[in-house]
Amino acid sequence: MSCAVHARGLTHRYPGGHLALEGIDLHIGHGERVAVLGPNGAGKTTLMLHLNGLLTATAGALEVAGLEVCRRSLGELRARVGLVFQDPDDQLFMPTVHEDVAFGPLNMGLGRDEVAARVDEALAAVRMSDAADRAPHLLSQGQRRRVAIATVLAMDPMLLVLDEPSANLDPRARRELVGLLAEIDRTMLIVTHDLPFAAELCERSLILSAGRLVADAPTDEVLADDDLLAAHDLEMPAGIALDLITRRPRPGAEAAGLSLRAGG
Amino acid sequence: MSGAHDHAGGGPAGDLSSRVHRLDPRAKIVGLVAVTLVGVSTPIAAWEVWLACGLVLAAVAAAGRVPARVIWVRARVVLPLVILVAAFIPFFRGGEVVASLGPLDVSREGLEVLGSVAAKATIGTVSAVLLGAITSVPAIIRGLETMRVPRLLTLIAAFMYRYLFVIAEELRRMRSALASRAYRPRTALQAAALGRMASALFLRTFSRGERIYLAMLARGYSGRMPRLDPLRLARADAVFVGLILLTLLPLRVIS
Repeated sequence: MSCAVHARGLTHRYPGGHLALEGIDLHIGHGERVAVLGPNGAGKTTLMLHLNGLLTATAGALEVAGLEVCRRSLGELRARVGLVFQDPDDQLFMPTVHEDVAFGPLNMGLGRDEVAARVDEALAAVRMSDAADRAPHLLSQGQRRRVAIATVLAMDPMLLVLDEPSANLDPRARRELVGLLAEIDRTMLIVTHDLPFAAELCERSLILSAGRLVADAPTDEVLADDDLLAAHDLEMPAGIALDLITRRPRPGAEAAGLSLRAGG
Repeated sequence: MSGAHDHAGGGPAGDLSSRVHRLDPRAKIVGLVAVTLVGVSTPIAAWEVWLACGLVLAAVAAAGRVPARVIWVRARVVLPLVILVAAFIPFFRGGEVVASLGPLDVSREGLEVLGSVAAKATIGTVSAVLLGAITSVPAIIRGLETMRVPRLLTLIAAFMYRYLFVIAEELRRMRSALASRAYRPRTALQAAALGRMASALFLRTFSRGERIYLAMLARGYSGRMPRLDPLRLARADAVFVGLILLTLLPLRVIS
C-alpha cells in the first residue's frame, strides 16, 4: 500500500520571496502517529497547508494518501486529509455545531442520511453529542477544540493533521484531548511545540527548523537529545522527566505494527 | 461576555419547547412581519388596529411564555431613540393648541402624531424582539434563505452572527490592554491610540477572514454553502399565520 505522506525535495517559496520549506524528504506510513516539532516560524503550518493542497510546492513532489497533490486531485484530497486548524474559531464558522460538522460531508456530496449518521458518529467520538444544536461561541475552548476535530472526523479522512492542538487548553481539557486523540484510529500528524504532548501520543517525531527537516527519529530519542532540542529553540518544560510519560498505545497497535513490518 | 449574550445578543427566551418556539421559522417571520406591516401602514390615530396588534403580540408572547421583562430589556435598547425623535413633533405642528409650555405651544394634532409614531415604533420593535425571542438567529437565517432572500445577504448575516462575539471579545481585550496601561484620553491628540486600535482590529479581522476561508477550503468548500435537511411547513405553521392575518387584516381594511 502507498505511503500516507510521501514528500521528495518539497520546497515552498512564498510570493514575497521567503523560503518557508526547503527540500523536505519525508515518508510517513499508514497508521503512524508523528509529531512535527519546531519553533515558531519553522514552516510547520506551511507544511500542513501543503498536505491538503491549500498551498502547492514550488519545487519537489508530494503525494498524500495515495494522491499526487495537484489541482485535479483537490476534491478527493480534501476528503482524504483532514486539517484541524490552530484556532477553533477559524474552523467553526457555521451557526450551530451540527451544521458545522455536516459542512464537510455535505461538500463531499453525501446523501442526507449518510451525513446525519456521520455527524452523530463524529460528535459521539469527541463526546460532544449534547452540544449539537448549540452555537460554537457558547462553547468552552476545550469543547470548541473537540468539535473542530469532529468536523474533520465526519469526513472520515485517512490522514488527520492537527495544528497545535494543545494550545490555549487548561490542564484538564488538555488531558481529555490526549485521551480522545489516543482513541482515534487514523494516521496522525500532530504539529506542536508542546513536547510532553508529543511524547504521550507519537512514537515518531520530526523537527522542522527554518524550513529544513533536521531530525526524524523515535520520539524518545529526539526528546532525550537536549543539545538537538536547544539548537532549535525547543525544550522540555522544567521538572518534566521524559521517562515518567507513558505513551498511549495506538488503537489496534499490534495489527498496524505487523503490517508496517510486512510493508517495510 | 455572557452579559452580551443575554441582552444585546438576544437568543431564544421563554419556554423553548413551546408550540410557537417549535414553529417553522418562515411562519414566524411572515406572521410577525405581517403584524409590523399592519401596525405601521395604518393612518394616524387608528387606535383599534394598534390595540389588536398589541393583543396579537401579547398572545404570541404568552404562548411562548416569553417573560415581559425580557421583551422590555431588549426593546429598551432601540425604542427610546425612535421615540425621542417623535417627542419634538407636538411643539412644531400647527393647529389647535391644548397646552403651552412657556414660549412653546403643544398642538392636538402634534400629540396625535406623537402617539401614532410611538405606537407604530413599539409594535415594530416588539415584533422584532419577539421574533428573536421565539426563534434562534440561525433558524431565522435559514428561514430567510429558504424564502429566497439572496444567498449573499444570508451568508453575510450568518457570518456576522458567528463572529460578532469573537470580534467583540477581541475588542474588549484590546480595550483592557489600553486601560491597564493607564490610557485615559483627555485631549483629541491622545485619541490617536484608538485609531490604531481600530486599524489593528481591522487587520486582525481581515487575517481571520483569510484563515476561515482556508479552513472552509480544507473541508471541500467550492463556493456553494451546503444545506442540511430542508425546512417543512406543517399545519401548525399555517394556523399560526392564518390566525394572525384573520385577526388583523379585517380591522386594517375597515380603519
